[in-house]
Amino acid sequence: MTLDARIPSGPVAQKWDKHKFEMKLVNPANKRKYHVLVVGSGLAGASAAATMAELGYQVSCFCFQDSPRRAHSIAAQGGINAAKNYQNDGDSIYRLFYDTVKGGDFRAREANVYRLAQISVNIIDQCVAQGVPFAREYGGLLANRSFGGAQVSRTFYARGQTGQQLLLGAYQALEKEVAKGGVKMFARTEMLDLIQVGGRARGIVVRDLVSGKISSHVGDAVILATGGYGNVFYLSTNAKGSNTTAIWRAHKQGALFGNPCFTQIHPTCIPQSGDYQSKLTLMSESLRNDGRVWVPKREGDTRAPHLIPDAERDYYLERKYPSFGNLSPRDIASRAAKEACDSGRGVGPGGLGVYLDFRDAINRLGRDKIAERYGNLFEMYQRITDEDPYQVPMRIYPAVHYTMGGLWVDYNLMSTIPGLHVLGEANFSDHGANRLGASALMQGLADGYFIIPYTIGHYLAGTKLEPVSADHPDVRAAERAVEERTKRLLSIGGKRSAQSFHRELGRIMWDKCGMARDASGLREALQRIPALREEFWSNLTVPGSGAELNQSLEAAGRVADFLELAELMCTDALHREESCGGHFRTEHQTEDGEARRDDERFAYVAAWGHGGEGKAPVLHKEPLAFENVQLATRSYK
Amino acid sequence: MPMKLTLRVWRQAGPNADGAFREYQANDVSPDMSFLEMLDVVNEQLTAKGEVPIAFDHDCREGICGMCGLMINGSAHGPMPATTTCQLHMRSFADGETITIEPWRATAFPVLRDLCVDRSALDRIVQAGGFISVQTGNAPDGNALPVPKQDADAAMDAAACIGCGACVAACPNASASLFTAAKVAHLGFLPQGQPERYRRALKMVAQMDLEHFGGCTLFGECQEACPKEISIDTIGRMNKDYLTGMLFEPAENQKAAGAG
Ligand SMILES: Cc1cc2nc3c(=O)[nH]c(=O)nc-3n(C[C@H](O)[C@H](O)[C@H](O)COP(=O)(O)OP(=O)(O)OC[C@H]3O[C@@H](n4cnc5c(N)ncnc54)[C@H](O)[C@@H]3O)c2cc1C
Ligand code: FES
Repeated sequence: MTLDARIPSGPVAQKWDKHKFEMKLVNPANKRKYHVLVVGSGLAGASAAATMAELGYQVSCFCFQDSPRRAHSIAAQGGINAAKNYQNDGDSIYRLFYDTVKGGDFRAREANVYRLAQISVNIIDQCVAQGVPFAREYGGLLANRSFGGAQVSRTFYARGQTGQQLLLGAYQALEKEVAKGGVKMFARTEMLDLIQVGGRARGIVVRDLVSGKISSHVGDAVILATGGYGNVFYLSTNAKGSNTTAIWRAHKQGALFGNPCFTQIHPTCIPQSGDYQSKLTLMSESLRNDGRVWVPKREGDTRAPHLIPDAERDYYLERKYPSFGNLSPRDIASRAAKEACDSGRGVGPGGLGVYLDFRDAINRLGRDKIAERYGNLFEMYQRITDEDPYQVPMRIYPAVHYTMGGLWVDYNLMSTIPGLHVLGEANFSDHGANRLGASALMQGLADGYFIIPYTIGHYLAGTKLEPVSADHPDVRAAERAVEERTKRLLSIGGKRSAQSFHRELGRIMWDKCGMARDASGLREALQRIPALREEFWSNLTVPGSGAELNQSLEAAGRVADFLELAELMCTDALHREESCGGHFRTEHQTEDGEARRDDERFAYVAAWGHGGEGKAPVLHKEPLAFENVQLATRSYK
Repeated sequence: MPMKLTLRVWRQAGPNADGAFREYQANDVSPDMSFLEMLDVVNEQLTAKGEVPIAFDHDCREGICGMCGLMINGSAHGPMPATTTCQLHMRSFADGETITIEPWRATAFPVLRDLCVDRSALDRIVQAGGFISVQTGNAPDGNALPVPKQDADAAMDAAACIGCGACVAACPNASASLFTAAKVAHLGFLPQGQPERYRRALKMVAQMDLEHFGGCTLFGECQEACPKEISIDTIGRMNKDYLTGMLFEPAENQKAAGAG
């Protein structure tokens, strides 16, 4: 297969405008004849569904929660970037583009990133018009802050609930279209497979999560906006229901999977407290603006933190990265925490934590100032841990947060299956090997509000699509396959719950394919995962039946797919013999422990094809050309 | 110190089945567990015994998605103020305690199974008018329209609603007034929301009535139960907007409101 990213020709700054002009249009009167299926109602899905309905397309939208407003995007805290340069501090589209390419450690496609930076400014306008209550200055204008180590203030925010407010804006736009009849919303409905007819994506098989009924929806194009797959690690900051099923099923039908091993581990999460732990909670990165990260200098030092004098503390980020210090990028801060704990200097239960200490900031600025800045976060921390961060330093530890990998898409956001488009965290596109803070919300909304509404028209106008009826043999066959699989999951009759397999898988992934990876660990994981999968299919128990609301069955289906995806992630991590962004191969580091990229051999997107059951996946490469941002080693020293 | 608890849990096999309380023992409960993690452990034990686990809704487990929601000892989201069920920790309970766990109870929220209810009525209230009619692409520059900080802050206070339905569950009349008023207030505080302000109030209130939510008699239980501390003052604002709408909006919008 030759991978064609369909990047328009011309200078990077003009590609998108030129492409918009050159793309085919669907005549306004014809739009209502097209039916587009949108799976997912997060920022990417809700914005896409609402906007396409506004244009006149018939849209069906699906989510597994009980309301589209509950998609995982709701949990984003920190903010959304945009190159508005309202602060007059030297920001520009070009700078946001540059920062994103560099932050992604040169593993993203320049043309896509440039477009993202361009569109960022329209997103803010759109959200303001919808009534998103962004933070404002006394003069009534929009406020900004600097985020995640950026040197300009380009992050817009709504208290600590930016994702919630942006999603409610998109949700309200979606409900407006539901009321008008342009969107049919199917909540508590899970996509379990893709339907292709004549080599094109033409529908999906879904399970009604209340009645258990399996049925099909057919249309002219399918859009997956189903979020990230960080829950392959079991413990992550993702919502409990976040899963890989939709994109994994599409992958098994021919959609290539881009850079599956690129995972972001966030440095500031609340450490695990026990075996029962069901998820990890993120503490906003903004805390690193005033908190100082440290561990005791001496191994096994179990004194209470206030009894450890300054001379016996290792403020390791300040020591190793004097110019960025506590604000070093996520991947670097996470790895440094792991090293500190691996060296036996971790704090708290199991030694899996480092301190984030506000003592000096409180002394300098006063308790009130700190309360004003972080009061709600301190409260949340105390609620979970029962410790008061004004008195005792917080304990934090890295946790899986975001997946840069996802289905491979071209410039039009179409996967290698014609008609199947992928938006938001579910695609692999814009963040390379590491995502900058506040850029996922931007990407999801860029994809949904401003890119797919154009590119879907181009696809539909340029394709001859025969009508497909619900009883088409390919549709019926896809439906039967899903029914069979559901029956199989229910009839194994073993002893272990889906959750117990999920936990075990998560532990393997965290140990072997987490913050630091090496060939022998990855090879070991590649032995253990198939063995675990085999046990899953012979020793799983799923109580209840398929014809009812059955959360055990939902979990089992998702875990089955994670068990396959995990193997691909390890394969990808093993093949990429370099360190870049969130992917750190311990064999590939400099003498002082920094990541060593290999641009000669690995400046490409690894796009994996499914090899078939029991067969090895097939690697395709999309070479990356850096014509605008010069390849350089990241340095935060 | 691990705790031993007795749980009385509402079990109901489906929307049309009869439900009843069943008792379960939860031993070895860590005070650091969240309430839902405690239920996870009980569910793992039920699964191991081949019994059907207790169904309950949840997703983010961070207090923001609004998916979780249990009546715990008669209080929506349990005993802690400003806390969703998923953010409630077992240290809020005493060793040896019996805890009664029920779904939200309201005519407009039919039980689907065990502790899961159908809250789609809340989405339909938003469909009736809980938005600003602006199409993608025709927005002016974000700073073209300054918004006084106090208005933006007041809008944000109201917009913090997570749509969990605790206000309905806590209200003796099962009214959705706090939920509806929060949206009316959020959009009504902003200049962008003015063109549709009164029409919005008329339509959303009318839909609330259609969905069989009860009327508001200002008990204030909703405000107490709200995990996001939405103020009952928003209801006063909604009522004013509604009355203004009845007086000054064109007749067609008033008709949609069913005249109260
Ligand atoms: C705690 C946290 C904080 C974050 N903070 C920030 C931040 O400050 N700034 C930032 O830019 N990014 C942040 N992120 C990242 C960002 O929130 C996500 O990457 C982004 O919201 C993903 O949006 P999405 O629309 O792609 O997917 P999601 O919001 O995950 O939506 C997925 C949708 O797909 C549906 N779905 C999934 N599978 C199926 C299926 N099989 N069938 C039917 N429906 C399905 C779901 O129901 C849901 O509607 C944060 C992430 C986390 C975890
Ligand atoms: S699970 Fe999201 S608010 Fe409780």
